[in-house]
Amino acid sequence: MNIIRQLTEKPWLVTDQHIVEDIDESAFPSAAPTGLRVYFAVATVLFGLIALAYLMRMGVGHPGEGLDWRPMPKSPLLWVNTAILVLSSLTFQWTRVAARRGQRDRMVIGLLTAGFFSFAFLVGQLIVWRGLADAGYFAMANPANAFFYLITMLHGLHLLGGLVAWSRTTTNLWDGAEPAEVSLSINLCAIYWHFLLVVWLAFFFLIMST
Amino acid sequence: MVYATLAEDLKELHHPKTWVGKYVWSQDHKVIAVQYMATAIGTGLIALVLSDLFRLQIGFPGSLTFMTPERYYQFVTMHGMIMVIYLLTALFLGGFGNYLIPLMLGARDMVFPFVNMMSYWVFLLAVLVLVASFFVPGGPTGAGWTLYPPQAILPGTPGRDMGIILMLASLAIFIIAFTMGGLNYVVTVLQARTRGMTLMRMPLSIWGIFVATILALLAFPALFVGAVMMLLDRVLGTSFFMPAIVSMGQQLGYNGGSPILFQHLFWFFGHPEVYIVALPAFGIVSDLLAVHARKNIFGYRMMVWAIVIIGGLSFIVWAHHMYVSGMNPYFGFFFATSTLIIAVPTAIKVYNWVLTLWKGNIHFTVPMLFAIGFIFTFVNGGLTGLFLGNVSVDVPLSGTYFVVAHFHMVMGVSPILVVFGALYHWYPKITGKMWNETLGRLHFWLTFVGTYLIYFPMHYLGFLGMPRRYYEYGQTALVPHSAHMLNAFITVVALAVGVSQLIFFYNFIWSYFYGPKAEGNPWRATSLEWQTPQTPPEHGNWGPKLPTVYRWAYDYSVPGAPEDFIPQNVPAGGTGRHHPT
Repeated sequence: MNIIRQLTEKPWLVTDQHIVEDIDESAFPSAAPTGLRVYFAVATVLFGLIALAYLMRMGVGHPGEGLDWRPMPKSPLLWVNTAILVLSSLTFQWTRVAARRGQRDRMVIGLLTAGFFSFAFLVGQLIVWRGLADAGYFAMANPANAFFYLITMLHGLHLLGGLVAWSRTTTNLWDGAEPAEVSLSINLCAIYWHFLLVVWLAFFFLIMST
Repeated sequence: MVYATLAEDLKELHHPKTWVGKYVWSQDHKVIAVQYMATAIGTGLIALVLSDLFRLQIGFPGSLTFMTPERYYQFVTMHGMIMVIYLLTALFLGGFGNYLIPLMLGARDMVFPFVNMMSYWVFLLAVLVLVASFFVPGGPTGAGWTLYPPQAILPGTPGRDMGIILMLASLAIFIIAFTMGGLNYVVTVLQARTRGMTLMRMPLSIWGIFVATILALLAFPALFVGAVMMLLDRVLGTSFFMPAIVSMGQQLGYNGGSPILFQHLFWFFGHPEVYIVALPAFGIVSDLLAVHARKNIFGYRMMVWAIVIIGGLSFIVWAHHMYVSGMNPYFGFFFATSTLIIAVPTAIKVYNWVLTLWKGNIHFTVPMLFAIGFIFTFVNGGLTGLFLGNVSVDVPLSGTYFVVAHFHMVMGVSPILVVFGALYHWYPKITGKMWNETLGRLHFWLTFVGTYLIYFPMHYLGFLGMPRRYYEYGQTALVPHSAHMLNAFITVVALAVGVSQLIFFYNFIWSYFYGPKAEGNPWRATSLEWQTPQTPPEHGNWGPKLPTVYRWAYDYSVPGAPEDFIPQNVPAGGTGRHHPT
């Protein structure tokens, strides 16, 4: 039933008995995917506002503002990190397919690899931080630096949150859970990883192009 | 359409055995709701006392020896922030949202009970961090509740050392807590409605809470970003918001930051926040009016659409809080227009409330008194909103008491009247006891008349040009003696209203222990929460079988029906309306 039809229903009439009858009892989408989608809306607003603040602080469209903005050096390591994050997302997708087919061994390998890539990404980001700080690019020195640290920190924290879900899923599977029991979690993890990849790619583009 | 609860029918609920498991680390939405309510109201009491203290300074300058200018600003700041966020937002969404959503929709609980429990405890942490700022060196922040940089984190502003850090940290924690709760409320409404509970059969309380939660989920990230960035400005010395500035003869290390950027972020949250508080109030008041006037709500679909439209519009009006910030006049034109457009769906709601009362069988119960009181104060506050929504009128008035009057009428008193109405209305269901009618009426009249006497005269002070935010006025030609007398009068009434809230607390606490036992459905209402097998409902709400819904929540005084109300879970059986109402 589409949303317009739902919102134009005339609830005061007691004639629409069919509503009680025509429930498809096999279709009970779990609440978790909906919850995740709603969270994507929240996170999109969060990261979107940071991107807007970034552009505003640069003085885009406001000549004479943001004159103190000095772009950060483009660390080549960021390309490597981005590639690693793409790999972790791809691995999750592969694991998802394995879960759909119930291939337990592949699921274990996939989860472990995806987790490894995710941690590698976080470590890579920390190395970038370290390199920039050693070269004197502190957060307080310039707004471009401050935004860089803020964005990578919030993105990294989101990834860490995802890794909590990942570790629970992996432990469950390790402890002998059936593939079907963890396939929903793997699905959700994969979607979440794709989302974080898109967020990162957007910011990567923003940082590299400004 | 989805009815996840059909599957939930068979699911075993985890019933805790110990007292701690039942009432402290509880995952039951009803216990969490009461925890939210108690914490929010307790924090709100602090804010109430603060307001009476700084009102004493305004009405009787120098009467409190400890009321230094710093303290005055700290008290004003904490009063505003607590009332808006930690009382109203937490109470409507965390309190009523938690209690009403599963019960009114025929669900056993929220869809993520563990996350729901965490939401409360993280909220409590936010409150504790906030309250801790009273005890740190330098005290809480005195930056004003909008926390505008650069002044909020400059030396010389009260609470600049630790207070502002704790304030910003507390806000960030609050937002994390709210997001956990908010995801629950939205997903529960979308996924856990019982059989037959279509979206358009949901009571308007749920519609208000549902849309307000969506607003909050999308608006709070702006405050989160603002708080984190200002925290970095304060702690690490970044320059997100801080321009190059000389403070007390010292050139500070900041450079090039944009204070206006913070204002945009703050009000992108701040304006939806008004409706985050108002929409649940709109919804709840609609239900109170229908139940206590024994009449279906007038124009149900229009009411739902108005809630949704107001929610959407609330995201494109934020800069009407920034007319005096020096923005481009064309922006002002746009935001004034969008602001005035909101008056249309809002007016529809007001007319529909009045038309619901028209020819109704009005019972002047205590909840009904509060609901009608709300209509008065809301219309009053809404009309002054038309003044302030226009740039040319706002500019001269924006620094005066007119704004204080408008704001408190529309966003302070109006929602609080609904909060009281709702508490009186659902208290019998929550506790299983009935409160004392006489004390309830006394509480209503003292609060309603009292708050009118406080805020109505402030409009005149505003027209007179009396500036807000001042610690004391001294001898100025601008503020005549009569204005000082009016201020003293307002303070006396404010103290009386503050003290009269003790009647409410006495009534509720006494009734909890000694009040008469309440029936399951004392108001003879139709919505599902009144049809539970037990009162107060036990964990799981519905016994072995979930209710099935056959009709909307407003079948009052249906012609030909044996009683003047038909609960939502009564099958059609020939009774019901077959024509538009």
